[in-house]
Amino acid sequence: MKTIAILSGKGGTGKTTLAASLARLAGEKALADCDVEAPNLHILLQGKLLEKKEYRGAQTALIDEDLCRQCGLCREACRFQAISAGYQVIPFRCEGCGVCSLVCPHGAAHLETVKTGDTYVHETGEGLFSHALLDIGAEGSGKLVTEVRRIIQPYIQTEKLFFIDGSPGIGCVVIASLTGCDAAILVTEPTLSGKSDLLRVLDLADHFSIPAVVCINRFDVNLELTAEIEAYCRQARVPVLGKIPFDSRVVEGLRNYKTPLEMEGSTAAAAIRGFWENMQKYLQNEEEGE
Amino acid sequence: MKVAVSSMDKELEARLDPRFGRACCFLLVDTDTREFYAVPNGGVGAAGGAGIQAAQTVVEEGAEAVITGSVGPNAMDVLKAAGVKIYEGEPYTVKEALEKFCKGDLQEVTSPKPRHYGARGGRGLR
Amino acid sequence: MKISVLSGKGGTGKTLVATNLAAAVRPSQYVDLDVEEPNGYHFLKPRLRETVSVGVPVPRLEEGKCTGCGLCAGVCQFNALAAIKNKVLIFPELCHHCGACSLVCPEKALQEVQREVGTISIGEERDFMQGELQVGEPVAVPLINELKRRVKENGPVFFDCPPGAACAVVHAVEDTDYCLLVTEPTPFGRHDLAIAVRLMEKLGLPFGVLINKGDGKNGDVHQFCREKGSKILAEIPFSLEIAETYSRGELLIQGEKDWLHFFQNLFGKIKEEVGHENHRHPQR
Repeated sequence: MKTIAILSGKGGTGKTTLAASLARLAGEKALADCDVEAPNLHILLQGKLLEKKEYRGAQTALIDEDLCRQCGLCREACRFQAISAGYQVIPFRCEGCGVCSLVCPHGAAHLETVKTGDTYVHETGEGLFSHALLDIGAEGSGKLVTEVRRIIQPYIQTEKLFFIDGSPGIGCVVIASLTGCDAAILVTEPTLSGKSDLLRVLDLADHFSIPAVVCINRFDVNLELTAEIEAYCRQARVPVLGKIPFDSRVVEGLRNYKTPLEMEGSTAAAAIRGFWENMQKYLQNEEEGE
Repeated sequence: MKVAVSSMDKELEARLDPRFGRACCFLLVDTDTREFYAVPNGGVGAAGGAGIQAAQTVVEEGAEAVITGSVGPNAMDVLKAAGVKIYEGEPYTVKEALEKFCKGDLQEVTSPKPRHYGARGGRGLR
Repeated sequence: MKISVLSGKGGTGKTLVATNLAAAVRPSQYVDLDVEEPNGYHFLKPRLRETVSVGVPVPRLEEGKCTGCGLCAGVCQFNALAAIKNKVLIFPELCHHCGACSLVCPEKALQEVQREVGTISIGEERDFMQGELQVGEPVAVPLINELKRRVKENGPVFFDCPPGAACAVVHAVEDTDYCLLVTEPTPFGRHDLAIAVRLMEKLGLPFGVLINKGDGKNGDVHQFCREKGSKILAEIPFSLEIAETYSRGELLIQGEKDWLHFFQNLFGKIKEEVGHENHRHPQR
C-alpha cells in the first residue's frame, strides 16, 4: 500500500476538496483526515461507523480542594496564570507542566490526563475513512495524527492507496502526517501567502526525503504568480502535475456536498482528472525507478 | 551485540516500523543468541518530543545500535550522545533487517536524512 | 475598543476583512496575531518604526555543576530535556518555559536564559503591529501575549487572529470587546463556524458573523445563525475580481468607493453591538 499525504502550507487552498476528489477517482483506497484542528472531510464522507474511541490527549492540573491550604505557592510559581484566586485551575491556560504539583507542600495539586476529543473509523462510499474531532479549545498534536493514522490500520485489507489529508503549517502535526509517506501532494494557490507557505512545506518534505509534487489551484487568478511558482519548482526539480482553474462550480458543488467531479461542465473537474492521471504515472515511474 | 529495532508488533516476523519516535514498540535483540524482548515505546504517547523519549527508551535498554526508518534531528542528537549507531532498515521485516544487519548490508545513518533535491535553498522567495 | 476577526477555517477571508476594516476606519490599529503566517503586511504595506525581539526563558546547563542525576528530565512534561549516561541534553525548541527543571535541580545547575522565539514589528504611526514566529517554534502564545500587551489603549484595535479554535486563538480573543467571525457559505465553512461559535459561548464573548464569498442566499449559514440566535452583520459576495485583487496584495477599499462605505458601515454596526453589550453587561 502506498501512502500519499496531501498538504498545503496555507489554509483554504482547496486541499480537502482535492483530497475528496482523488478519493473518488482512485480505486481501492483508504483515507485519513489528519487535519485534526479543522477537520472537514467527514462532512463529505458519511457512512457506517466502525469504531469510535476516546482520545485522551492532554495533561491538566487538578487541585484537591480538601488538601489545598491556599498558601499561594502554586499561583506564584505558575507562569501561565492558570490558577484562579479561588484556587481553581483555568483549563484554557493550563499548559500541563506540573510546576504546581512540584511546589505544593500539601500534595494538593497533581496532573491528570484528560479527554480532549474522539477518533473515528467509518466505512464510506469512498472506502475506509478515519478522522478525529477535538473538543473546543483543545490542542491538536502529532500524537493525535498518529492515532488517526493507526486506528484505521486493522481494517485495511486490499487497499492499494492510503490518502492522508494533512493540516496547514509546518509544525508537529504536519510532520506526523508526512512521516512514512511515499509521496506528498502539495496544494498551493497563486497568492503571495500561498507561495511563501508552499516553500516552507517543500523544505519540510525535503527534510524527510519524501518526494513531493505540486498542484496549483485557481492558477488563473494570478498568472504571473503561477508562472513564478512554476519557475521555482522547475529549478528545484519538483514536478507541477496539475493546474486547476478558478471555477465557480466548485463552490456551488460544495454547497450541495458534492465534489467538483459530480458537477457537470466543471472545468476544475477536468483538470483534477488530468492531475490524477499524471499522479498515477508519477507513482508508477517512482516505483520503477527504485 | 544488543540492537533495538522499531517494530509494528512484538515479534520478529513483524514489519519494521518506519517511524522511530512514534514506533509501535522496540524489539531488543541480542544478535549473537537471537534472543529478544519487546519494550513499549515511551515516545508513542508524547504530545511532543516523541523522538527524544524513544531515544531515551532504547538507550536505557542498553542498545548499541538502532535499526529503523527515519530518525529526526533531536532523537539523533540523543542517540549520538549515547554512542548508539543508527541503521536504515526500510522496507524490510524486523527479521530481514536483522539478517542484513548481521551481514553488514545495512547502511549507517549519520545525519538526519539528506536533502533529496538539493537545489532548494530554503525560503529564498520571500 | 478591541475587535477580533477570526474564523475556524483557514482561507475564509479573515485577513481580507481585518485589513480593509483597519484601513477604512481611521485612526485605528491593526494587529496581526496570526504569528505563524502573518499576511496582513502584504496588504497594508506599513513603514516600520522598529522591530523588537521576543524571548522566552529556557534552561541552560552549567556543565561543572550538573551531576547527571536526571531529575530535570524526569519532571519535564514536554521532553525538552533528556538525561542519558549521566549527561543532560536540552532541546530548547520543545521547551514550554514552565521552569520546572530549574525548580527541581538540586545542584542549581540550570540557569534560565532568554531565547528568541520571534519578533514584533511596529509601524511608524503605531497603526500597525505584527508578530512573526520563527519557523519550527511550536508555541505562539508568548508572542501573542506580548503583542496584546503593547496594544494602543484608546481608539479601535483590530486583531487578525490565528485560524482554528485551539490555545492560540483563545489567547488572541480573550479580553476583546467583540469578535467578528468570518465564514463562507459551504458545508466546510458552516462546520467551522459552529466550532467558532461554541468557542465564543464557552468564553462568553459577544460576536457577530460576516459571510464571505456569499451567493446572496447562503441558506445554510442563515439557518444556522437563526437557530443559534447569532447576528449576521454583513456579506461580501463571491467574485473573481475580489480574488484577483487579493492575490495582488491590494485592498478592496483602494478600488471602488463602495467598499470604503461597506467597511465603515460594518464598523458602525460593530460599535452599535458593543454599545448594546455594554448596556446589557455594564460591568464589562
